[in-house]
Amino acid sequence: MSYLRDVGALARKDLLLELRARDTLPAMLLFVAAIFVVFHFTLPAKPSRLETSGLLWVAILFTALLGLGRAFVPEREQRTMDGLVLAPCDRSAIWLAKSLATLAFLAAAEVVALPLYALFFHRVSGATVLAVVLADLGICAVGTFLGAMAVVTRARDLLLPLLFLPLAIPIVVGAVGASVGPPVVASPGKYLAFLGLYDLLFGVICWASFEYVVSE
Amino acid sequence: MTTAEKYVTAAYCVVFAVVLVYVLILALKLQRLEHEVEKLAGRTSAPDGEGEPSREPAPVG
Amino acid sequence: MSAAAATIRPVGRTSRIPLPALAAASLVLVTGALALVFFVAPNDANQGFSQRIFYFHVSIAITAYACFAGAAWKAFLHLWKREPRADLESYVCVHQGLIFGTLVLLTGSIWAKISWGHWWLWSEDQLVLFLVLFLFYCAYFMLRFSLEPGPQRANLSAVYALFGIVLVPVSFAAIRLAKNLIHPVVFTLHGPNFGGWILVTYCVAQVAMLVLAYTLYRLELGGKRLDQRVRDLKEVLV
Repeated sequence: MSYLRDVGALARKDLLLELRARDTLPAMLLFVAAIFVVFHFTLPAKPSRLETSGLLWVAILFTALLGLGRAFVPEREQRTMDGLVLAPCDRSAIWLAKSLATLAFLAAAEVVALPLYALFFHRVSGATVLAVVLADLGICAVGTFLGAMAVVTRARDLLLPLLFLPLAIPIVVGAVGASVGPPVVASPGKYLAFLGLYDLLFGVICWASFEYVVSE
Repeated sequence: MTTAEKYVTAAYCVVFAVVLVYVLILALKLQRLEHEVEKLAGRTSAPDGEGEPSREPAPVG
Repeated sequence: MSAAAATIRPVGRTSRIPLPALAAASLVLVTGALALVFFVAPNDANQGFSQRIFYFHVSIAITAYACFAGAAWKAFLHLWKREPRADLESYVCVHQGLIFGTLVLLTGSIWAKISWGHWWLWSEDQLVLFLVLFLFYCAYFMLRFSLEPGPQRANLSAVYALFGIVLVPVSFAAIRLAKNLIHPVVFTLHGPNFGGWILVTYCVAQVAMLVLAYTLYRLELGGKRLDQRVRDLKEVLV
């Protein structure tokens, strides 16, 4: 139980920081709106559901990258990462808390993004919402983990997209497959199952190996 | 040679070329290492104390 | 000087197989494989002469997977047992894997040109998988070279290499799933009947590639260890 208390305390800290600073979330909201407008000008007239589903997920992925790039910035700027690592809690709690906080920001951005997508392009199905939930879990778990790795390097912001995108390809495939609907994909079941499997597999790996990322 | 034969030969030549380029890069690195080892060996063969300023014994106590 | 020299890290223990013997074995096997490919193996009934690319293309692909698996194993040893040489060995394995992965992309591209007239085919699972892995392991080098040498770099590289080996089956599943979205028609790559001389040629080519990869791995590892020793010597002597 103390593990969950630690996770809760750390996640609350990040959420409070963001509520006071208000820099990451507004940027993510504006970014996702702007990217939809850009897509309108890059797509042909009357785009198919497959085309727009793909672009919805590109928008979500890059909005998430924006948020993930900011995830460890407070720890880096205030040099509090060492303090966190020395705290008497499991190191994986740091990763889990940060993932949950990032998940909250991404979910908030999607609360705006999905209605906008429905307004500009096509309506959003139940399978799409479920895919969003599952994909967000994977994106935040893996993205936070890689963000912690990238933040200690010289390249930092340059490195996170390079580390993250190859690992995000399976998420994109599962998410697009679940969102696109008939006639291209008869049933989204196997794509949603694949997303769930990805989340489980990489979630466990991230949880088990975060210790090695922050310690020497 | 037919087109297929040309392409197949090209594929095998590409494999050969890449492996050779890799060996060439390793050989160049090895050459640099040998050069550095010789420099270090030269430094160790210089007698000890050469080039150090002469020191006078200082009284203790 | 002898006390200082004693602080220099010794070169890793020499493996049982001497490097010249490995190199000679590679030479014999690769030459044998080439002779079998061009002079002994029969033409494939469906694809004709161009099928001969597969002997090296497939064996190089499997060798690349073996390199990535070796890198993950060494990474695991580094994290779990803290073996002092495992980090360098893992790095060299990734490097070998990337070189062989590049060869898979190049030879696969040439095959695609012969068979379909295009230099790239999104419908070809293995090629797309290797493209994803290529991007992933290139990022490994970017990660490694933007960190100072030390335990942190070794840890992060090891964790990333472990992610890589998990990514292989996950990406493969993803690419198969994506086929329904992108290409409703499934093209099969490996059609030849594996019998007789085709099987023998393939086996010889596979062993040749694995032995070649191991030879190059030992060569590069030796060079890197020597480099490390020279650096240590410099630090002591300066």
